[in-house]
Amino acid sequence: MFADYSMPELMSIFAMQGFAGLSLFSIFVLMALGLAIIFGQMGVINMAHGEFMILGAYTTYLTAQVFESVMPGLYGGYFFVAMILAFVVTFALGALVEWLMIRHLYHRPLDTLLATWGLSLILQQTYRSVFGAREVGVSLPDWMMGSIAVTDLVEIPINGLFVMVLSLLIAFAVYLLMFRSGWGRQVRAVVQNRPMAEAVGIDSGRVDRVTFALGCGIAGVAGSAFTMIGSTGPTSGQLYIVDTFLVVVFGGAQSLLGTIASAFTISQAQSTMEFFLSGSMAKVLTLLFVVGILMLRPQGLFALKVRR
Amino acid sequence: MKLSKTQTSTRRSSWTRRHLLGGLMALPALFALSSNALASEVNTTGLAVTDDTVKVGILHSITGTMAISETGSVQAEKLAIEQINASGGVLGRQIEYIQEDGASDWPTFAEKSRKLLVNDKVAAVFGCWTSASRKAVLPVFEQYNGMLYYPTFYEGLEQSPNVIYTGQEATQQILASIDWLKEEKGAKTFYLLGSDYIWPRTSNKIARKHIDKLGLKVVGEEYYPLGHTQFNSVINKIKLKKPDVIFASVVGGSNVAFYKQMKAAGVDLTKEKPLLMTISVTEDEILGIGGENVEGAYASMKYFQSLTNSNNEAFVKAFKERWGDDIVIGDVTQAAYLGPWLWKAAVEKAGSFDIEKVQAASPGIELTTAPEGYVRIHENHHLWSKARIGQAQTDGQYKVIYETEELMEPDPFPEGYQ
Repeated sequence: MFADYSMPELMSIFAMQGFAGLSLFSIFVLMALGLAIIFGQMGVINMAHGEFMILGAYTTYLTAQVFESVMPGLYGGYFFVAMILAFVVTFALGALVEWLMIRHLYHRPLDTLLATWGLSLILQQTYRSVFGAREVGVSLPDWMMGSIAVTDLVEIPINGLFVMVLSLLIAFAVYLLMFRSGWGRQVRAVVQNRPMAEAVGIDSGRVDRVTFALGCGIAGVAGSAFTMIGSTGPTSGQLYIVDTFLVVVFGGAQSLLGTIASAFTISQAQSTMEFFLSGSMAKVLTLLFVVGILMLRPQGLFALKVRR
Repeated sequence: MKLSKTQTSTRRSSWTRRHLLGGLMALPALFALSSNALASEVNTTGLAVTDDTVKVGILHSITGTMAISETGSVQAEKLAIEQINASGGVLGRQIEYIQEDGASDWPTFAEKSRKLLVNDKVAAVFGCWTSASRKAVLPVFEQYNGMLYYPTFYEGLEQSPNVIYTGQEATQQILASIDWLKEEKGAKTFYLLGSDYIWPRTSNKIARKHIDKLGLKVVGEEYYPLGHTQFNSVINKIKLKKPDVIFASVVGGSNVAFYKQMKAAGVDLTKEKPLLMTISVTEDEILGIGGENVEGAYASMKYFQSLTNSNNEAFVKAFKERWGDDIVIGDVTQAAYLGPWLWKAAVEKAGSFDIEKVQAASPGIELTTAPEGYVRIHENHHLWSKARIGQAQTDGQYKVIYETEELMEPDPFPEGYQ
């Protein structure tokens, strides 16, 4: 199948394809991190994860509108403000949801699934009522559009690079928070043994609330970043939810490292197969591959070894 | 708005009902009223028709994933109904609509259509958007003998006495555009790309047959699952194959991802290397995609908001007055607007609301006031209409650059293309 192409052409295509895989990887990491924290650390299956992402996207949209009309001179930098706002807004909503709903359901994991699914429907309809059923267009500042041309064929999309750097930064920040901070130690203690953690004086209710809110906040930042590559509409969150769960479950629910490893495996497998096969077949094979591995290793790629 | 061939000889005077509408109606209404026939005569099958009103149904998704697309159709149908009422109604009767929500769920569409036909006894239903929803309601309409006016451009391969298809079937959208690409742009190679379901697959099948027939070449054909958001791989493949034309039928949220990623990958559509021809991006979709991301792409439709004829200017003005200045009007929205007008014309030609009589009267109904220009209902219940090609501009509008001289004949079962 490659006979028609010259060597440099092939090289550039492989370079481009490698980059496509990496950018898919960073997107997966970004969408899965928030869920991994909530699902992995708290055992809550948050079906409204996609809607939290879209809340971040709508926040970005509103920020863009404000900047455009109030201070067009600073438009180039609105995206950074938007991401911070997206985090704050989704974090706040996350904390509220935890307080109103999730905390009453900690001992009933299957009920959280239903409750958060209901929440996702409520949020979707809220977006529809507030922003209208049609998708909104979030425009980007000029410097974020376009690509860096390395050679004639190899072109690196700037927003792809941006997402990549962002997901690295957030992954690193989450790592610091979970494994190098006092709060992270509390979270891990609560995950491993709640009664003992409470016995040594950790306020587990507060830890739960902040953990859930943090997961939602990261989803918001992801949603904000995804306005660059995808659509922003009331139901756009549904486009991401399946892939997100796939990555988290495949990685082993309780391991953040597992999430990253699984994002890498799935993204590389998918983008390679997409190149050689058709899009739908690539998806089918990826799913089969994941199902196969999960049959052999039901706990996912990485599992936390704890004595229960 | 005036419709031709709508005068009938079966109307009878019924002055006694004049007071019911009071002084609200303008002159045309009085005229229509003066020729009001008794409900028992224009409605022999127990439809919801009284001496002054007639009930119809609007059945679209206003919640769920399809609400994005169907909102425009609902707005257009309501506008048409309001305009018809203001100009005197249908056979002197004011239209009352009952709106049901299909909720983007096909069994719900079937259930709601049964409710509209059996409980509400509506005289016509304007609705459905996806082919899946139409296929779900079709048996209901055939069983209970209702009339459905279906607005979306679709894959063809269907013809029912109970449905009037006001959008284009596939050949009307595809054949002219490929001919144009060959003649005007000298296109030789095509890359067919679509979402993975019946409409893009059938459309591309027709496109492929026609491309072969013209002696041109398809260098790639590919489908991605609905809702797919990562198109980098296929963009790389397109760069490698260097087709003259990308023939795109990607739909929904995927559209936004596809065009944004094309732009980010350095594919400038205004350079036309490759050139992109879409059959799925209307002005409505551009709202979400962003004009700057799709600038330069060509679309093959029968209607663009920017059409300059007096019908369309009046329509756009009325639409904006009713639904707000920011609104855009896409191909399907216009087709949905035709539904109530075509029904009114058929009812008045038949002189009756009876479904059989409306069905019999429908072929040959013409509308000279359609925003897209003149349309006529074919024997096969689809519309004769023109095919047009527009080029997307940064402001989210299309510039019309080509239209067929003649009306294109609808051909839902194209021979040699299946």
